Amino acid sequence: MNDAGASVLRARGLRKEYGRGENLVRAVDDVDLDVASGETVAVTGPSGCGKSTLLHLLGGLDRPSGGQLWLAGQRLDQMGERGLARMRRDCVGFVFQAFHLMDELTAVENVELPALLAGRSPRAARRRATALLERVGLGDRARFLPSALSGGQRQRVALARALVSEPAVILADEPTGNLDSQSTLDVLRLFEKLHAAGQTLVIVTHDSRIAATADRLISMRDGAFVDETRLTGGTSGSLGALAGLTGPGEREG
Amino acid sequence: MGKMRLVARLVASDLRRRPGPAVLLVLAITAATATLALGLVLHGVTSQPFQQTKAATRGPDVVAQVGGPSLAPHGPVKGTPIIPASVVAAQVRLLTQAPGVTGHSGPYPVASAVLRVRGLAVEVDAEGRDAAPASVDQPAVTSGTWVHPGGVVLERTFAEALGVGVGDKVTLDGRTFRVTGTAVTAAEPPYPNMCYSPGGDCVFDDQVSQNLSLAGDGPGQAWITESAARSLGSSRAPLIYDLNLEVKNPAGAMAFSNRYGCGQRFCGNAPDPDAPSLTPWQYIAQTDGLLVLDEQQVLSPGALLAGLLAVASVAVLAGGRMTEQTRRIGLLKAVGGGPGLVAAVLLTENLVLALVAAVAGLVIGWLAAPAITSPGAGLLGTPGAPSLTPSIVAEVVGVALVVALAATFVPAIRGAWTSTVSALDNEARRPRRHGTLIRLSRRLPVALLFGMRLVARRPRRAALSAASIAVTVTGIVAVLSFHATAALKLHGGSPGLGDPVVQRDEQMLTVLTIVLVALSVLNAICTSWATVLDTRRPAALARALGASPRQVTAGLAAAQVIPAVPGAILGVPLGIGLFTVASHTGKVTVPAAAWIAAVVLLTLVAVAVLAAIPARIGAWRPVTEVLQAETA
Repeated sequence: MNDAGASVLRARGLRKEYGRGENLVRAVDDVDLDVASGETVAVTGPSGCGKSTLLHLLGGLDRPSGGQLWLAGQRLDQMGERGLARMRRDCVGFVFQAFHLMDELTAVENVELPALLAGRSPRAARRRATALLERVGLGDRARFLPSALSGGQRQRVALARALVSEPAVILADEPTGNLDSQSTLDVLRLFEKLHAAGQTLVIVTHDSRIAATADRLISMRDGAFVDETRLTGGTSGSLGALAGLTGPGEREG
Repeated sequence: MGKMRLVARLVASDLRRRPGPAVLLVLAITAATATLALGLVLHGVTSQPFQQTKAATRGPDVVAQVGGPSLAPHGPVKGTPIIPASVVAAQVRLLTQAPGVTGHSGPYPVASAVLRVRGLAVEVDAEGRDAAPASVDQPAVTSGTWVHPGGVVLERTFAEALGVGVGDKVTLDGRTFRVTGTAVTAAEPPYPNMCYSPGGDCVFDDQVSQNLSLAGDGPGQAWITESAARSLGSSRAPLIYDLNLEVKNPAGAMAFSNRYGCGQRFCGNAPDPDAPSLTPWQYIAQTDGLLVLDEQQVLSPGALLAGLLAVASVAVLAGGRMTEQTRRIGLLKAVGGGPGLVAAVLLTENLVLALVAAVAGLVIGWLAAPAITSPGAGLLGTPGAPSLTPSIVAEVVGVALVVALAATFVPAIRGAWTSTVSALDNEARRPRRHGTLIRLSRRLPVALLFGMRLVARRPRRAALSAASIAVTVTGIVAVLSFHATAALKLHGGSPGLGDPVVQRDEQMLTVLTIVLVALSVLNAICTSWATVLDTRRPAALARALGASPRQVTAGLAAAQVIPAVPGAILGVPLGIGLFTVASHTGKVTVPAAAWIAAVVLLTLVAVAVLAAIPARIGAWRPVTEVLQAETA
């Protein structure tokens, strides 16, 4: 698929429907999307507009009712469950609003889990997980259980876990939805670093301040894209200058 | 009153909403209570058939063996001198004229002979009888006709064990006889328990039996004409005489035997080796009950094992339901229900189900008892419906309620005291962390990694699974030990002669094994479902992180198999130990290693198969549905 080769993610006429007849609901309605490598795309819209469903389709967590979908050059909509699992393992990193960490595993054990599932050696998985925790500023919390971490710290652990397999794209579903302002700032700084490092990101959010940090902003309503804005590096060009996201005594410049 | 009505309505609505777990709970407790009820109602059910047989055969109150040599535990020692005829006559006179004796028949000559048929050689006591009916102890012919020249009548249980019927030819010490009939008597315990009676006519000692390659476990009873019996007597096995006595006070037959007899037990105060050996009817009745006694010995530990399995099932079900009901508890609390109401709803629900199961178990046990306590071919009549005494009812209902209470109390109290917010967040049962297992699992393939971590999350459930499998394998290995021991006992020398006691035990053990396996299957299904329900989130998360449904299925199944491994291995020595204790004899043959290995392996395969079905359903549940539900 040559066309898809230029994009990390590419969707054409993507649909997800629930029910039938009069009860038919189009959660995702005829969506076309291209996400280039290293691009950060924010998808916004009101609750129930289909943002999360779209993200699940893009990551192979759910199957589309129609349309075509490519991820890293592979046709996802025609893949079996085993293929989808492999794609999730090798090409996608998920960050969820509710963190979805394993309660009984320490931070480092949570982060290394996808690498172990991918068949990496325990030693290599641990080395990579430890490095990622250092990168997200939680090197000293590696052996803490999630219950001993704050919301922001948990989300940073989740972000480290999403990165452990060096995915082609990170799909974040309301990553700051459960966080206070300071934690939101911490997480957004991490996203900024990832963006600067060339990581492809798709962030679903209904927080316009976070959406403003993306290269491209897509608005959704009733399952369809209704607006698309190219922001090129974020509205302000940097994080933290946005109202309400600056920490005490802190000024981005 | 209002609160009780509220509890009742909440219980009813929950049962309507989730009938499946309720049905499983009732099944688990019913199986255990039915086994227990069966064991309890067996007490005393054989007295009725013996009395019916005694009445139908004008059975004696005391059977005297006169003229016999002094008896060793299993018959006379070879070469023991025979008591002179004058002494025999004196003994008969003494007994028939003793105070309280109201009637008698005999003395009848009894020849100890070797019966041969279809390649079998069996010791037999052939009693010489008149063609005319006797006033005391006239065996009831159940097929064919009574004795006549050239014919032999066999005791019915003995004939069935030999596999011969009316018209068949047999030889007694080489002389050919045609089987003219089968009969039952109340004067001797049926085959193979004749030697249990103090006056048992066990003339051959073990050495003689071995030399003649005799089959079976003791002699059988036969009746021939008196002249034929006299002609069978020999210097090797001389004649003895049976004298059947009727006494004025049958209840005092034991005292009469003690006063006038000297057998294995009833020698009175002044043992006299030449005194007749007397057997009171109570002792024969007791020996008749050996069949059921064995069944009780099998059922008692069996009921215990079934009860343990039921407790495990109920505990898993109650714990699983608690997981499901956590959010419901939160809602109850959010609308004003206190801890007391929450605990009352859960306890009432499970106690009501336990009560239903107890009643069902009682009815099943009561109905099944006559089927497994048929008196056997050695007696006439039927045991009839056993009586359900208030104590039996109380015991069974009490056990059912205690089982349900024990398994529900902790979850109910825990649920009741969970904070409302935590309950609404479905956080009532946080998984446990078992660092060693988690570290160990890192080096395993994905399925085992996932399975071991699931085990580590719920160690108590894993312990219950292990215990459940251990109990099941214990039961199966005990049955195998029984078969191995019985096979050696039955077929060590002469195959082909059935032992009705062993056959009955085998039937009981088969029933018990089916109950145990059924309960274990139920338990495995309950545990698997509870695990699948409890691990929806980690399973969905593992899939989101790249595990395939197949790997998750294998992991969920592995979570059942991992605790089953130590359980199955532990069950092997426990099963052999249980049989050793239950057999009372200490003579236990350990089953072949291949059989034991097969049991362990098949058990693990069965666990894996049973776990795979719910695991597969759980693993294929849409990931987004579960993760979004957690977010909501």
